[in-house]
Amino acid sequence: MNPLLILLIIPLLTIVGIALVKDVTKVRLVSAIGMSAQLVFAFILLYFFYQQRHAGNTDDMLFVSTTMWYESFNIQLKFGIDGISMAVIMLTAIVTFAGIFASWQVDHLPKEFFISLIILAGGVFGFFISLDLFTMFLFYEMAVIPMYLLIGLWGSGPKEYSAMKLTLMLMGGSALLLVGLLGIYFNSAPDGGRLTYDLTEIAKVTIPLDAQLFFFPFTFVGFGVLGALFPFHTWSPDGHASAPTAVSMLHAGVLMKLGGYGAFRVAIYLLPEAAHELAWIFIILTSISVVYGAFGAIWQKDLKYINAYSSVSHCGLVLFALLMMNETATTGAILQMISHGLMTALFFALIGMIYGRTHTRMINEMGGLMKVIPFLSVIYVIAGLASLGLPGLSGFVAEMTIFVGSFQHTDMFHRVATIVAISSIVITAVYILRVVGTLLLGPITNSHYLELKDAQWFEKISGVTLVVAIAIIGLTPFWLSDLIREPLAKMIQTLTN
Amino acid sequence: MNWSTLSIMRLEVLLTFMVLYQLIADLSEKENKRLVINFTIIFFAIITIIGFFPSENTTLFGSMYINDELRMFLKNILNVSTLIVLLQSTGWLDKPENQSKTGAFYLLIFSTLIGMYFMISAGDFLMLYLGLELATLPLTILAAFDKNLRRSAEAGIKLLMSSAVSSAVLLFGLSLMYGVYGTLHFSEMALLTDASTLSIMALIFFIAGLGFKLSLVPFHLWTADVYEGSPMPVTSYFSVVSKGAALFTLALVLYRVFGPQPKVWTMTAYFLSITTMVVGNLFALRQKNLKRFLAFSSITQAGFMMLGFVNNEALGLNTIVYFMLIYSLSNLAVFGVLSIVSNNTGKETMDDFNGFYSTNPRLSLIMLLALFSLAGIPPVAGFFGKFFLFTAAASKGMYILVLIAVLNATVSLYYYLLVVKAMFINKNETPIPNLASTGYEKLALSICFAGIVAIGFVSAIYDYVLTLVG
Repeated sequence: MNPLLILLIIPLLTIVGIALVKDVTKVRLVSAIGMSAQLVFAFILLYFFYQQRHAGNTDDMLFVSTTMWYESFNIQLKFGIDGISMAVIMLTAIVTFAGIFASWQVDHLPKEFFISLIILAGGVFGFFISLDLFTMFLFYEMAVIPMYLLIGLWGSGPKEYSAMKLTLMLMGGSALLLVGLLGIYFNSAPDGGRLTYDLTEIAKVTIPLDAQLFFFPFTFVGFGVLGALFPFHTWSPDGHASAPTAVSMLHAGVLMKLGGYGAFRVAIYLLPEAAHELAWIFIILTSISVVYGAFGAIWQKDLKYINAYSSVSHCGLVLFALLMMNETATTGAILQMISHGLMTALFFALIGMIYGRTHTRMINEMGGLMKVIPFLSVIYVIAGLASLGLPGLSGFVAEMTIFVGSFQHTDMFHRVATIVAISSIVITAVYILRVVGTLLLGPITNSHYLELKDAQWFEKISGVTLVVAIAIIGLTPFWLSDLIREPLAKMIQTLTN
Repeated sequence: MNWSTLSIMRLEVLLTFMVLYQLIADLSEKENKRLVINFTIIFFAIITIIGFFPSENTTLFGSMYINDELRMFLKNILNVSTLIVLLQSTGWLDKPENQSKTGAFYLLIFSTLIGMYFMISAGDFLMLYLGLELATLPLTILAAFDKNLRRSAEAGIKLLMSSAVSSAVLLFGLSLMYGVYGTLHFSEMALLTDASTLSIMALIFFIAGLGFKLSLVPFHLWTADVYEGSPMPVTSYFSVVSKGAALFTLALVLYRVFGPQPKVWTMTAYFLSITTMVVGNLFALRQKNLKRFLAFSSITQAGFMMLGFVNNEALGLNTIVYFMLIYSLSNLAVFGVLSIVSNNTGKETMDDFNGFYSTNPRLSLIMLLALFSLAGIPPVAGFFGKFFLFTAAASKGMYILVLIAVLNATVSLYYYLLVVKAMFINKNETPIPNLASTGYEKLALSICFAGIVAIGFVSAIYDYVLTLVG
């Protein structure tokens, strides 16, 4: 059996386990055990991945297994990973693990909550290990749909509105994507032969240019909606703000990465000529995302909205870098995916914890939290510094690589776009420092805050896991960038030819 | 008439016995019809199983009647759906005011089913018309079955009028066809091609006539009122079995008889598909009564089915049949839950379902899966059915049509989620109490549930349909 399938079996068993147990403590316990096992297994997989590479296995994809599913459409259950997938799988495992602990105190229908959360995570894992466009699409939709119940049932604020808006926009995106995928499928054998959904096979053929130009926008926008591409990002602030903590973490941390990952692996990689041809349109849109998201964050008073807009900005940067289509920039993009995933998950976890204590998310209603809940506050500062790209933390490595990479284009258009995008760093610094200043420092504004308790053990697990991951990437980025660079180098080479 | 003929027409013959049995059973004076219900269901289950036995590919009565594996399979789909409807109807028949109608209900249902068998097996347009009438007229009585309810009587009359009109349209088409081709025999017509305006008109009239039964826009106007007025089991029979028979008949005629000249009907299907999806969706958005809601949702689904007709090859026919199979089970699951609720409480609007999950978690979960299947959300079967229909249309290069269809699927997701929202998210002080369902109802829901969950993953089912379509 393919070891990758264990990534799907563990969530499945966990769901069955949760369904079988009765009381809430056991539900938490089963979820925690399941997702810890998943994390451990992800590390084991990483170990074996390195081992294979060191043993001289230079295949594009490792652990590949193929089973025919629908013979007449040539739909296969084909799984396999390369360095990029390995990196995002690690990210997903870490964020899911932290997410379970961050939602320890969910007491309304806990069983259903954890089951939906794990279905979401399972969909994401399935997406990242799929090498067949059909199964990829299947897992993509499977990951999106639990969001409706997760936000609608356990969310806050205008949760029903946000849940519906988010689900419909993402499903609308996947509708466009479906057209794109069908287009790729029916052009996957231009010289005769069998049509296929197999990513690695399609990459070897050249799809006719007119088909590429027609289907690239569908595919790219389809994934771009999930990657918060301007002007299709509007689901993101509302959705994130209304979602419960763990869902915001998983959604901003992991699910939005499906957008970037798919946009690169499917849209850009399979339709390279159209990508070169049409990149300028999307570079403009993503530059707008980056700057607009950052400005949007400045204007917000609600912590979650600030972070949601900052996610729009950072995920815009991912798509921006991918469209640069050179090795350095795309490496930066994947690094940014990982870095932002960890960072934003940490932010949302902390916001959830702070909200649980102060019962408000408005920054102007809080102040001086550093004095009462130092543990959470310090982690918040670390996350903030990572977000604004301080050297030594993951954000710096990612953004630096992206900007160096995109500046390698010597023409005016790319230079200007890059400069515009770089300006977001300054804007990011404004809102991060402002939040840290008003929220954590200064006098304690509310005497009731003096009774607040600092992080509990499960909150510490959640926070520390993410901080450690951010710091490791920041201090020793080379193992990660090597992991990513190796498949990317090959892919970029195919793209430029 | 000999034994081999009997074995080929075994479904029709057995069902005729069932009809006769109902006449005799109705003579008994007993108040409690439990015995009749049990016997009918068990006997019909046996018929359903017999349908799956292998059968000869042959024609009878001078090729007026065709039997082959594909037609047998289509009848089996109808049989399974009817069996589920019968299982669901037990709760409704148990009510004191309906007990006296038990025999009549079964008699009418089986009569229509025989009619549908003949529609599917027809080898000649006259035979098809005969089957169609036999399948339609008893349905009008069924629609008016709650005879004390005004809207039920209204439903009956509406259905009668619109069926009469649709029959007239269909017959007009047939008469034109006879004028053009000089024959109404399928096997002879399939050899002739004719591109005259008259033959195009004939075909369009024929499609319009069946379009009434399939409730394609613009022939859908009767649907919502009839669905709302009819008793729940009858509505569910309308939306699945009656619709399925019309779809299968249309598909068989178009692919098998007009297969060599696809231009007209693929274009007709293209436009009917768009109008049906869009109009069905727009009306479904604002419905509060769940029966009306399902009426418009089933119109939208018919629009999706028309997508398959855009592809005139085996892939098109195959995806249509496969989609119908999945649609039947999904829709029947929704109706199963609705009929349990309606029988016990009489509630039928969306707001009544607020807080349904807190009291009836299992029913809510089945409903959730069934709605997701209708909306085409993975991993339940509806996703596969829709995806393959889109593939069939895309393989002809109709990407704009596919785009319109997928956007419509997203819109339909909105209103399916409204029901999910009512059940899971909305709060209610007095939700529907925990309902006890009978064994039959549980069995019906279990069949649907198993089908919805499993069909997509078992690719063998799709491949089997493909071998039949060939």
